[in-house]
Amino acid sequence: MEEGRLVGKAARTRRVILTIVGIIIAAYVLFPFYLVVMNSFKAQTSIVESPISTAGASFGQFRANLSAVVNNSNFNFWYAFETSLVVTVISLVLLAVLGAMAAWVISRNNKKKWATVIYMIFIASMIIPFQVVMLPLISTFRDVGKFVGISMLQSVPGIVFAYCGFGGAMTVFILTGFIKGIPYDLEEAAAIDGCSPEGTFFRVIFPLLKPVITTVTILNGMWIWNDYLLPSLMLGQNGKVKTLPVAVQAFVGSYVKQWDLILTAALLAIIPMIIIFLFAQKQIMDGMIEGAVKG
Amino acid sequence: MNKNTAGQRVLSLVLLVAGIVLLAAALIMDFSGSQNALRGPMLIIGIVAFFIGLYLFPTLKHHRQIVYVIFLFPLLFTFAVTVIIPLLLGICYSFTDWTGIRFTQIVGLQNYVAMFKDPAFIWSILITFIFVIMNMILVNVVAFLLALLCTSGMRGVGFFRASYFLPNLIGGIVLGYIWQFVFSNVLINITKISWLVQTKTALLAIVIVYLWQYAGYIMLIYVTGLTQIPGDVLEAAKIDGANSSQTLFQVKIPMLASTFTICTFLTLTSAFKQFDVNMALTNGTGSVPNFMGSYLSNGTQMLALNIYNTAIAKNSYALGQAKAVLFFIILACVSLIQVRISNKREVEL
Repeated sequence: MEEGRLVGKAARTRRVILTIVGIIIAAYVLFPFYLVVMNSFKAQTSIVESPISTAGASFGQFRANLSAVVNNSNFNFWYAFETSLVVTVISLVLLAVLGAMAAWVISRNNKKKWATVIYMIFIASMIIPFQVVMLPLISTFRDVGKFVGISMLQSVPGIVFAYCGFGGAMTVFILTGFIKGIPYDLEEAAAIDGCSPEGTFFRVIFPLLKPVITTVTILNGMWIWNDYLLPSLMLGQNGKVKTLPVAVQAFVGSYVKQWDLILTAALLAIIPMIIIFLFAQKQIMDGMIEGAVKG
Repeated sequence: MNKNTAGQRVLSLVLLVAGIVLLAAALIMDFSGSQNALRGPMLIIGIVAFFIGLYLFPTLKHHRQIVYVIFLFPLLFTFAVTVIIPLLLGICYSFTDWTGIRFTQIVGLQNYVAMFKDPAFIWSILITFIFVIMNMILVNVVAFLLALLCTSGMRGVGFFRASYFLPNLIGGIVLGYIWQFVFSNVLINITKISWLVQTKTALLAIVIVYLWQYAGYIMLIYVTGLTQIPGDVLEAAKIDGANSSQTLFQVKIPMLASTFTICTFLTLTSAFKQFDVNMALTNGTGSVPNFMGSYLSNGTQMLALNIYNTAIAKNSYALGQAKAVLFFIILACVSLIQVRISNKREVEL
């Protein structure tokens, strides 16, 4: 747009300068990633001697680091990875379905007082910081678990339950905004054709929610996958079940300054996210923007 | 909905009764202190059976209401158990001598008085505010400049946008360790002494890491705002003879008022709640020789980490909870003031 005013050579010089600035900033931003990758191919001694250069990097060393990390009983990478994956996927599916169900009910009763009250409570709860609920949350979960005989702490179902609770407000908020925009005629037509309310929801409304469900899934997914505090409190630092961030924390805690192992562990922890980002770059960035603008 | 057969009616009633019986039996076992392992599954099956029975209940008139209840219940239930009940309990606990398991007496405002007498906590509040303000300004300025860069028509915008955003994908814990390595093994060649050792530079290090993590995300929002400015407005500015800095300050920035609101709000609240990077990078350590007459060893410990350490590491749950309530109040006030100011400014513009 703007450079249309500058003609020929001036515009080109300007563009070159801007691109160089862009590259310098990108280099700064990506530099730590380079360090992680490069140094996981080295042994501890060459990391300490020359952390930046490629000296001492070899595939053999990478394999050695990798097996040292993966086979480490403190880290238990595959198990942690699996736990994180299971927790994230189940939470995301439940949040999408239950969130859409609740949001539909709220937006179809938005003239009624009870629905407005529920909606307001959801919105107001979004400013509640996790710190103010975390301690009583743990004791409540412990007590409820003991009382009814279902383990809520140190268990995957307990964490999934907590994520449904914490993610619910934001999910309902974004989904309600979207559902309000779907014309009511659509549902009436379905009802006249003899479709039950629940049938209308699952066959007519839910399929229409695909774009907005993508958005909430991305937002919730980035949060749940990377979340550390909630699983660390619920699962305990030395518990059997660990999510990936908790496992990384426990691992690093027991191998202070063992950079060959720490950086390889870091690499393993960030790779899944990067791979997903490479494939769904646009969706992820759009989802993050959408979430911010609506939230 | 022509399925109100006798069979469905019977099934519905059976499930309703079975659900209530199972639920009641499980609850009786709970209250009588039974350790029967079946009571958990019984409770869950009871609830599920009850709702299926309710769903099949043969009524045309109330079917819609029943569906609404069934649809709302799961999320509201999890929300109540994980957010509302702990919040209310937490506020109550902050006035007691709660140990994380039980409390014996109500101590009134004692916890609140105690925390304000603790220089380490005052220090945490102070550096949190400094951190939040520095971050809010730095992240927004850097992100806005990056957004201008990304919309200036340079080549390979897609690549640059994606790479600036990349750090945001990674969790704070892992980021913290990566940067710990950067500061104590790489940058040490330039700085001679690791930035993480001295309190002041360590605080700066947290600011840098946070900026690195967050600026790319905020940049994306500014880019969206900038690209949504209608082309004819910029065209009009150009025809009126505005140069690029005039266009920037008198057209683009005023038109982005709502984007600035969103971004300041986001940076404010997220910087305030910062925990992961703080924990992984410095774990709150750092010496302060003399603050309010005492020596502190928690030089880089921000509020969220202070709360965590008070409760978990030092095992003072009631005190930690009282601090958390204060944290909540501060956050709520700051958010409300911020929203109000921004709304007012937006109206004025």
